[in-house]
Amino acid sequence: MGGKLFKNFSFLSATLSFFILIGIFAVLFQYAQAALHEFGIDFLYSESWEVDEDDEGGLFGGWIPIVGTLLSTLIAMAIAIPLAMGIAIFLTEIAHEKLVKPVSVAIELLAAIPSIIYGMWGLFYFAPIVQSTVGGDGVGLLTAGIVLAIMIIPFMAAITRDAMNTVPPVLKESAYAMGATTFEVVKDVVMPYAKGGIIGSIILALGRALGETMAVAFLIGSVMSIPSRITDPTTSIPVLLANNFAEAQDLEISAMYYLALILFVVSFALISLAKFYFFGRKTV
Amino acid sequence: MRTNSMIMEVKDFSFTYAGASAPSLKRINLPIEKNKITALIGPSGCGKSTLLRSMNRIHDLYPGNTYEGEIRLYDHREEIENILNIKKENDFIRLRQAVGMIFQKPTPFPMSIYDNVAYGLKLAGIKNKGEIEGRVEKALQDAAIWEETKDRLRESAMGLSGGQQQRLCIARAVALKPDVLLFDEPTSALDPISTGAIEELIAELKKDVSVVIVTHNMQQASRLSNYTAFMYLGDLIEYGETDKIFLNPSVKLTEDYITGRFG
Ligand SMILES: Nc1ncnc2c1ncn2[C@@H]1O[C@H](COP(=O)(O)OP(=O)(O)O)[C@@H](O)[C@H]1O
Ligand SMILES: [Mg+2]
Repeated sequence: MGGKLFKNFSFLSATLSFFILIGIFAVLFQYAQAALHEFGIDFLYSESWEVDEDDEGGLFGGWIPIVGTLLSTLIAMAIAIPLAMGIAIFLTEIAHEKLVKPVSVAIELLAAIPSIIYGMWGLFYFAPIVQSTVGGDGVGLLTAGIVLAIMIIPFMAAITRDAMNTVPPVLKESAYAMGATTFEVVKDVVMPYAKGGIIGSIILALGRALGETMAVAFLIGSVMSIPSRITDPTTSIPVLLANNFAEAQDLEISAMYYLALILFVVSFALISLAKFYFFGRKTV
Repeated sequence: MRTNSMIMEVKDFSFTYAGASAPSLKRINLPIEKNKITALIGPSGCGKSTLLRSMNRIHDLYPGNTYEGEIRLYDHREEIENILNIKKENDFIRLRQAVGMIFQKPTPFPMSIYDNVAYGLKLAGIKNKGEIEGRVEKALQDAAIWEETKDRLRESAMGLSGGQQQRLCIARAVALKPDVLLFDEPTSALDPISTGAIEELIAELKKDVSVVIVTHNMQQASRLSNYTAFMYLGDLIEYGETDKIFLNPSVKLTEDYITGRFG
């Protein structure tokens, strides 16, 4: 009896979350209609974001926030991937047992810090450092990218470490038993064996970086312009949405739904890829 | 003068795991004869794996174990080396290429059949493609798995059956032309037919290498080995020619174990 009830309940919840997903997509798509009609695919590479005060229309394009999102994410990934891999390898293959526990706990705690705190810390502490070392205004692409990297490293490192921990010790031992060095064991056995989980963790982190709002809002400068240098301020999709939503009207609202739709589709595609392809599949 | 028929020799060797209060091996003395098969038998937990894993220093992947005594390796130039003195990474690599190991469960690497066997050769610094190819084929033939794999060398090794995977692991070890091969219960995860094939293979191998095999299976030890060592609670109780140990052991404990009175 209870079992059956529980089964029905979980089935209901599972179906419900599926419908919520469809619902969100439908709403985004519906509200984006006006902008979709008005700008079509050109929206993607138009730079203007101008409200026409008279007829409540305007000329809107997603190019700047799209570029800002992609570039800040790219910077973050370029920094985060090697460091996260290094941390995971250190924890699974190199560090002494006594060190593994505290470092692991620290990483999990770092992963749990709300992003607004990273944003504040980045703005007050880190931005001046960036400014004095590489120039610029402090806030901008580079600062946002670096702080994003710092935010996603713990998460990426923790999942990668878990993936690497699934490598059977005896498999590593057999590589060592053939005369492999630690470096060779990591490169030839651990990484290929844990490949699915590692790529999955990278993609999940990518999804997080793409959608991150608070930290980036503090740090990217929120300026509607294409950056010409890496330290220049610009904006990103979530930041633009968060900053402009309150005052926007009509077509601008619809343009923002268009942007949200783009972000939703890209994030959804990435996360599905990570979940179903890389985590679901048995490696090799 | 010693008439050296030994390839390795364990002398007064004691071993204590990191954090353990009592030693797992107590003053073990054991010769490993060249081109012979030496079996280690004894009840579970008596220290067989511990001893075997000391002979290629694989224990040293985990810090904090302590040991004393000597484990000698006599190389082809008749030079004697106490492998317990090895400290440098290069010397570890040399040791492990001379003393190979096959584990209880087959451990194919996540790569193709060919690459599994070529892997050790590449690690050993062999670059010549032709030489690698030749030695891979030879090793697969020596491990009696060439016929089954020659048309699928580029396929993942994970697709092979358990018995085939274990022979692949043996091929992989044989490719390095080791002096000694250590087997830790190599057939305990396999079906009887695969077990038979592996046993045949090990018997064949002793032409070229010296073998130490841990086994739970009395029949396997008596069928396969030339010498047998019986261990109990970290002590080596009795060592001798296999026939002698099985037919006429000198220690009561050995007899009790062999006749199945405990274990
Ligand atoms: N990693 C380890 N740490 C501490 N004690 C161990 C470890 N591995 C084995 N032992 C202990 O050492 C003894 C010998 O174990 P082992 O060599 O595995 O026995 P066998 O292979 O003969 O079954 C056992 O008492 C076992 O509990
Ligand atoms: Mg054992």
